[in-house]
Amino acid sequence: MLVLQHQDIVNELPRLRRYARALTHDTALSDDLVQDTVERALSRFTLWRPGNLRAWLFTIMHNVYVNQVRAAPPLAKDDAPPELPVRATQADSLEMRDLARSLARLPTEQREVLLLIGLEDLSYEEAATIIGVPIGTVMSRLSRGRERLRALLAGSELPEAQLKVVK
Amino acid sequence: MNHPPLCEDELHAYADHRLDAARRAEVEAMLAQRPELCQAVADWRMQNAKFHTVYDEVLNEPLPARLLGEVRVPRRHMPLRLAAVVTWLALGGIIGFMLRGHVEPDAPPVARLTALPRQAAIAHTVYSPEVRHPVEVGASEENHLVAWLSKRLGTALKPPHLAAQGFDLIGGRLLPGEAGPVAQFMYQDSKGLRLTLYVRQDATASAATAFRYTEEGKVSVFYWLDGKLGYALSGEIDKAALLPIATVVYQQINQ
Repeated sequence: MLVLQHQDIVNELPRLRRYARALTHDTALSDDLVQDTVERALSRFTLWRPGNLRAWLFTIMHNVYVNQVRAAPPLAKDDAPPELPVRATQADSLEMRDLARSLARLPTEQREVLLLIGLEDLSYEEAATIIGVPIGTVMSRLSRGRERLRALLAGSELPEAQLKVVK
Repeated sequence: MNHPPLCEDELHAYADHRLDAARRAEVEAMLAQRPELCQAVADWRMQNAKFHTVYDEVLNEPLPARLLGEVRVPRRHMPLRLAAVVTWLALGGIIGFMLRGHVEPDAPPVARLTALPRQAAIAHTVYSPEVRHPVEVGASEENHLVAWLSKRLGTALKPPHLAAQGFDLIGGRLLPGEAGPVAQFMYQDSKGLRLTLYVRQDATASAATAFRYTEEGKVSVFYWLDGKLGYALSGEIDKAALLPIATVVYQQINQ
């Protein structure tokens, strides 16, 4: 294969693992997610067009993840109580557990946007492409997710009143 | 001062360091009077910093063997698939050899794909040395050229622009192929080196293949199938120099 070398995918593995770890905060689960992503990418090898490999892989991972979440026991509502397992180990620092627990309480769609932008440093446009929603949706998820996370990290369960910014 | 009003999206873009310098300065000026917004920005930035503090260490972990195995070692079905590919290629080679020069339109797809670079290289060798009549329609009439060849091939063609690679379109011509009309576009660089892009309608197959490479005499050819068209880019240059140009051709066609 001249167009897409397997080494290109290997080079993306650390980034895929970081994102998957932050999404699930579970080493085994997140590596399952990466493995499923790579497997699906390889099976669609011939569909890949020269371009942004990272965005393509993140898009596949998004689809795999969303399907897994959907297949999981149904949530009552978007902002239902935390359903994602947060596996605490002795190696986890307090800060790590705190963040992981708070992230897990965000709706999946908000957690994804916060991490794609804040951790993976992707542009708002790239995040929109990966998730397959308009950029306005990305911005509103970013806004709601950040405010919710602020409240959770500050220890209050309820998000504060919406910011009124326009003046 | 008269600034465009601040909207929340911009506040996030500011927190994420994604505003240009001019707007950043304006936003900073407005934030000076809005301590509650400054606090929000600071908190959002702290969230991003925390993500990195907690999760960046994953980047330094050794990759688990099972993931590397997934990528590097052929998957369960790969040996079989590989065997099938090798068999078909060998069969194609044998059939191609047996049918030397007279591949029928209903020949097996592999044989027809094998014939693609050969036909393209022959057309390249015949027409590229032409001094007075290298093309039937020149690039000065590009619109006409494109409309004409698109009509004859029954699909919308657009010759890629390769100026960034140092090659200008000089025109194109219609050629007879085994299964119908073929379009040939010709490019030339400042030293007079010519490349040709051979586009063949392949009504029997609808498939996508990766790039393949072959040499026919002195002519290097990259070729691939995409949908119902077969493409071959030929030139008397080495493989390493032709690959980036073929990649650009591929990208432009698939835009």
